[in-house]
Amino acid sequence: MVQFINGTEIFTEEGTTVLKAARNAGIHIPTLCYLEGINDVASCRLCVVEAEGEDALLTACSTPVREGMEIHTDSPRVISARRAALKLILASHEANCFICPKNGDCELQAVCREYGIEPEQYGRKSAPEKTRRFHPFLTYRPELCIHCERCVSTCEKATGRKAIGRGRAGLAAIIETPFGEGWDTSLCESCGNCAQNCPTGAIIERRRTKYRAWEVTKVRTTCPHCAVGCQMNLVVKDGRVVDVEGADGPSNRGLLCVKGRSGSFDFIDSPERIRTPLIKNPETGAFEPADWDTALDLVAEKFTAIRNTYGGEALAGFACSRSTNEDIYMLQKMVRTAFNSNNTDNCARV
Amino acid sequence: MTNTIRDITTESDVILLIGSNPEEAHPVLGMQLRQAVERGAKLIVADPRDIDLAARANIHLKLRPGTNVAFANGMMHIILAEGLEDRAFIENRTENFEALREMVKDYTPERTAAICGIDPIRLIEAARLYATAERAPILYCLGVTEHSTGTEGVMSLSNLAMLCGKLGRPGCGVNPIRGQNNVQGACDMGADPEKFPGYQKLTDPAVMEKFEKAWGKTLNHTPGIKATDCFPKMQTGEIKGLLIFGEDPVRTDPNTAHVIKSLPSLDFLVVDELFLTETAKLADVILPGRSYAEKEGTFSNTERRVQRVRKAVEIAGETRPDTWIFTEIMRRMGYAQPHLTPAQIMEEISSLTPSFGGISHARLDSEEVGGRGLQWPCPAPDHPGTPILHVGKFARGLGYFRPAAYKPSTELPDEAYPLLLMTGRILYHYNACAMTDKTEGICEIAGGSFIEMHTKDAARLHVEDGEMVAISSRRGRITAQARVSEKTREGECWMPFHYMDGANWLTIDALDSISSTPEYKVCAIRVEKLTEETKHNV
Ligand code: SF4
Ligand code: SF4
Ligand code: SF4
Repeated sequence: MVQFINGTEIFTEEGTTVLKAARNAGIHIPTLCYLEGINDVASCRLCVVEAEGEDALLTACSTPVREGMEIHTDSPRVISARRAALKLILASHEANCFICPKNGDCELQAVCREYGIEPEQYGRKSAPEKTRRFHPFLTYRPELCIHCERCVSTCEKATGRKAIGRGRAGLAAIIETPFGEGWDTSLCESCGNCAQNCPTGAIIERRRTKYRAWEVTKVRTTCPHCAVGCQMNLVVKDGRVVDVEGADGPSNRGLLCVKGRSGSFDFIDSPERIRTPLIKNPETGAFEPADWDTALDLVAEKFTAIRNTYGGEALAGFACSRSTNEDIYMLQKMVRTAFNSNNTDNCARV
Repeated sequence: MTNTIRDITTESDVILLIGSNPEEAHPVLGMQLRQAVERGAKLIVADPRDIDLAARANIHLKLRPGTNVAFANGMMHIILAEGLEDRAFIENRTENFEALREMVKDYTPERTAAICGIDPIRLIEAARLYATAERAPILYCLGVTEHSTGTEGVMSLSNLAMLCGKLGRPGCGVNPIRGQNNVQGACDMGADPEKFPGYQKLTDPAVMEKFEKAWGKTLNHTPGIKATDCFPKMQTGEIKGLLIFGEDPVRTDPNTAHVIKSLPSLDFLVVDELFLTETAKLADVILPGRSYAEKEGTFSNTERRVQRVRKAVEIAGETRPDTWIFTEIMRRMGYAQPHLTPAQIMEEISSLTPSFGGISHARLDSEEVGGRGLQWPCPAPDHPGTPILHVGKFARGLGYFRPAAYKPSTELPDEAYPLLLMTGRILYHYNACAMTDKTEGICEIAGGSFIEMHTKDAARLHVEDGEMVAISSRRGRITAQARVSEKTREGECWMPFHYMDGANWLTIDALDSISSTPEYKVCAIRVEKLTEETKHNV
């Protein structure tokens, strides 16, 4: 099908939404509630566009393209509608960006900047509510929530737990998260996918308060726990991994579980790490620190003596099935060449 | 896996999940299975427990543990009796079909149901559902392999898929979900007593010659011994020196007491580790290696997908990359191994391993691959990798039916030890939890060991939900908190295997006769209520 977006001719498949057609063509339309394949409630009204011959503005995320449609994504009318939508959203958002952990990473803040709106000027003003600590990883601050329902849809459709509900308090819609009292009997499995998809600072991992967006670098890697092989970014601040975020890998499509998101970095620089070679004193049985040359010479001397006296079959080397391919390759090469043995195995069976 | 996570969860009509609890062991796969069910895929769960996915299943067969072979044979019996097999597939792509037909003849629904402790009608329904689906993958995990008949269990599931022609297509296949992040890689990389990297057999003279030439050394031609068979040989003195790289067999091997006896009988034990694990404590020398966040490299996931691991940080102290450690040991033992970067090591791997021929760090980092990894076999630099195995043809040509008969587990409950114990994983921890227990929140949620037991068994012992109980087997005795419900079958209990004071003190070291996998899943135990006296003795 052929449409015109801002005067440019564009071909798309039938059934495509205006939003998708525009994004495929590299044309930017802002969104806050939309999440592809997960959330399509069309409530934030930031993606509105003007179509020639239509009186009302259309939400691009929920409008399928039609043959010959002529769409404007940045007409003055569109821009002023988006500014109005933003002010409406801000009216229920306790904007205090300076102290908010999501400062610099917040999608609401980013769209405000794009449309020249100062969040603090239009944001709700009330004393910040004290959040009490219940859930070990996650917190929800209703005064920051813009009711986009991304978290609800994420938990329902992506995680598949349905641990977050939509509720009502009087006339107002509210989000019912499982992070308060009773968290330990809820359906929540602490995966944090809802926090990752929350556009504001309303749902965050508690540790998010320990760094700001501009202080960190990110390194793409593979989760060290199970064989799903989820892709993730290690978030590094001052040479330490302080957080993990899900990346769009082929086997995980942006999702992580609690082990990947919360159980894969505290151990890296843990005080319990062994940091120098240790040799056991045969007399006392206690481990004593040694330098590498001493430790490696001792290892080589003992293994060489066993090999030369009893043959390579008296030596063995087991690999870790959690380590890298390159490590494992070198381990088995060491056993076969230096040990002169084929007694090498991994814990695949164990 | 023969297929990818994506195709089996998005393109399947029916999913047969057996001996696997992916919601806890492989959570992000579990999430995608829930999505598949929401999308309308039908689910058959064959598992001894009411795992969460069982509640979403169309059919849940609560199999008696250790009866997977009988279950698969029973399914095939029904499929053949009703003429639901894929004739064309059997004729064109397989051999030894008659032997299979002969084997499954006796596995009538009634007999199978009696062995497995299930309803024959439901078994018939499951067989029909699987066989008549256009696309249906089989997914299995340690619940199939961790039995003394594990290899037969795997063979039987392959037979079932071949019988129904459900191989070599999207949304089908036989899909073992590997446990640890790089089990697939560890096997691929030749940490194996009989095989070089890429499953090249060392008994093949051409293969041996290739490696001897590349490594510039005459190698030992005698196949080695499997890890689990090594432990007894330590006690007899046949194995005197051992290097363990990042494993904790004291915590993860069945029959902990036996392992603790074996390791000290070594003349010399070296452990390359991050932490002072129970195994490391027994070492003569500990060499501090690096974690995944401190080095470059690759992991291969359960889809055979080779993906990058990248260095993010360095920690204070004298740790060294593990490849550096192994290289130094080689050099000091007289083998002139040059120091190589991980990227150079991968070049050596790909030059010697046909299925990795097209894999390099440069390519994995390229725009072409786009962060999606490469699935082996990937024989050449212009080969896109192989998402689905056995398309049009099996690696060996024709698929071979390998019929297997059901054999009961090695140790079954008796008068002294009347309950059956299974072990498994929980969501929050990973194996020996040397990594996960460093996260405070995780310990807060899942800090201690427990035993799931059936309401009726608990009632007989006057044990209440939440009470501490003593659990003993022929090998050891521990205490844990009882969780009383109807999740397991009557007469059966379940425990996680992550904790030090945990289940491996009880498990049996009977090994699968073919692959030497320990039988973690089934052993006999006795549960006792703690009296005031016994409370203090444990
Ligand atoms: S908590 Fe976040 S994701 Fe959920 S509705 Fe509020 S703003 Fe949206
Ligand atoms: S952490 Fe995961 S399970 Fe819990 S509410 Fe968020 S998405 Fe749902
Ligand atoms: S994030 Fe969870 S599911 Fe994904 S690889 Fe890590 S442990 Fe496995």
